[in-house]
Amino acid sequence: MATQTDIPVWREIGEAPHPGVAGEKATVAIVGGGPVGLAMAIELGSLGHRVLLLNRFDFISAGSKAICFSKRTLDIFDRLGVGDPIVNKGVSWNVGKVFWGASEDPVYHFDILPVKDQKRPGFINIQQYYVEELLFEAASKLSFVDLRFGHNVVAVEPDATGVDLKVETSEGTYEIRADWLIACDGSRSPVRAMLGLEFDGRVFEDNFLIADIKMEGDHPPERKFWFDPPFNPGQSALMHKQPDNVWRLDFQLGWNIDREAEVAPENVEPRVRALLGPGVPFSQEWYSIYTFQCRRMEHFLHGRVMFAGDSAHLVSPFGARGCNGGIADVDNLGWKLNLVLRGEAPESLLQTYDYEAIATADENIQNSTRSTDFMTPKSEASKAFRDAVLELSRDHPFARPFVNSGRLSTAVSYPNSPLNTADVDLWAGGIKPGSPALDAPLGGRWLLEMLGNWFVLLADGWQGPEPEDVDVVDIAFGNSNVDLIRDRYDFSPGSAYLIRPDQYVAARFRKPTLEAITQALQRAQGRQP
Amino acid sequence: MSKLIVTPNLPAVDDVYQWLVDAHVGLSDAESMRLNARLILLLANAIGDPQVIREAIDHATSIRGLESSSPCT
Repeated sequence: MATQTDIPVWREIGEAPHPGVAGEKATVAIVGGGPVGLAMAIELGSLGHRVLLLNRFDFISAGSKAICFSKRTLDIFDRLGVGDPIVNKGVSWNVGKVFWGASEDPVYHFDILPVKDQKRPGFINIQQYYVEELLFEAASKLSFVDLRFGHNVVAVEPDATGVDLKVETSEGTYEIRADWLIACDGSRSPVRAMLGLEFDGRVFEDNFLIADIKMEGDHPPERKFWFDPPFNPGQSALMHKQPDNVWRLDFQLGWNIDREAEVAPENVEPRVRALLGPGVPFSQEWYSIYTFQCRRMEHFLHGRVMFAGDSAHLVSPFGARGCNGGIADVDNLGWKLNLVLRGEAPESLLQTYDYEAIATADENIQNSTRSTDFMTPKSEASKAFRDAVLELSRDHPFARPFVNSGRLSTAVSYPNSPLNTADVDLWAGGIKPGSPALDAPLGGRWLLEMLGNWFVLLADGWQGPEPEDVDVVDIAFGNSNVDLIRDRYDFSPGSAYLIRPDQYVAARFRKPTLEAITQALQRAQGRQP
Repeated sequence: MSKLIVTPNLPAVDDVYQWLVDAHVGLSDAESMRLNARLILLLANAIGDPQVIREAIDHATSIRGLESSSPCT
């Protein structure tokens, strides 16, 4: 496919050559080369599976897309081996401030990472094209990953054991069969459309102007959000730092506007100037207007076809739950598909991707919908409550947590997942089954780094024989200063956690036996009814 | 198990009722709505128990429509 002239190009990749042979086969075909598709390719490719990634365009696009990458996403990027270059390029931040009206004092401020002593910050901001470029480079180095940009999937025919794909290139079409297909092809997912699957949800009648601008100067990398500021009366605004002295400004515009006129530089720039104040030099990076919707598919798993990222679920941008939600899908699906491909777990394990990823999507949709309803009240009563919260928050600390300018993305727990083994012992705290492992410093490194990519028994003084097919990380062995991790996990001597490859807790035991660990492992791998 | 007290629990009910009504004197409908919202938020925080608030909302909304069907006396 030729480069589309209406989409700004960040980096030309070039069209991959037509394979030339008929009857190619792939273990896993991934459709879509955005952050979700690329991360999925790295996950499966680094585990030794043959992955074919097909991306419609032959370039990485520029423009204004995701910028906020959550700590959880960074932990996943670390597990995929791409955390450092992404974090090094990004702008780290933990603090958000919310303003109301003309006051220069925030009515509310929050710290997205209340538990300190973790490897990664609460968030980094980085342009999506940098993330895609770094993921692309990492994926290119994997010999099992075949990246084909400029290859457009035009037909998808699934059956019980695989999927037949028809792919279009400038040198003609070709057909290929994949055992599995993962559709990471975005909110307007062509795969979803070709399969005739529904994408239900709610459309929000509002327009937002994104002005990504370049501006020199030393402003703190905080997230600033305004309700009803003098420079955008009756509406909201958001300001956020990105690398390269780029700033994201986001202005709520309302519903009945002339979109074409509003995005014209001569109309955007007075808004920007009103926010920044007079005399601050800036230049245009990219201006665009967006509306948004909250939607999700009823199921993400359809036989041999799976959906991940925006193709499966769509949220409003407030809370940074779009791209981060998509990376969470990769994290959840990767190890499960790995076990199924290796024949070590039944295909039914993938049903738990449907369960857990939908739980994540629903939490993300609920949070982002609530934020949006707070920002843009849909009734007089709703507006009265919103304004009452803001009025009270000036003098009354109790009202400040009600202020909702976006509940920022954190890892979602699955307390009722069928993969969990329920606690039988008493725990005063720690991490419950179905929740993600909490990072902590350990022996000059970080706990999450040591958990790696496989099932781990995280123990405080392991006495018994090594359980089969589980890595043991013993905090009591050779580590000084383990008070913090003992506290975070409510460890007692001899106790242990069983942790999944996506670093979620599957089970925990005060006095683990080999039998109990094996049973919990089988349950976590879907090998036990 | 129900946690919302729905039996008489408040002394000086005539005073409290009068305070609530008086607080709205001279306010427009929109201002009244906002005052009520502030009051509800303050009281909700003072109650401090989401279950009680959930039950109170359920009780309050279940009465919707009664006023139109009851005869005027």
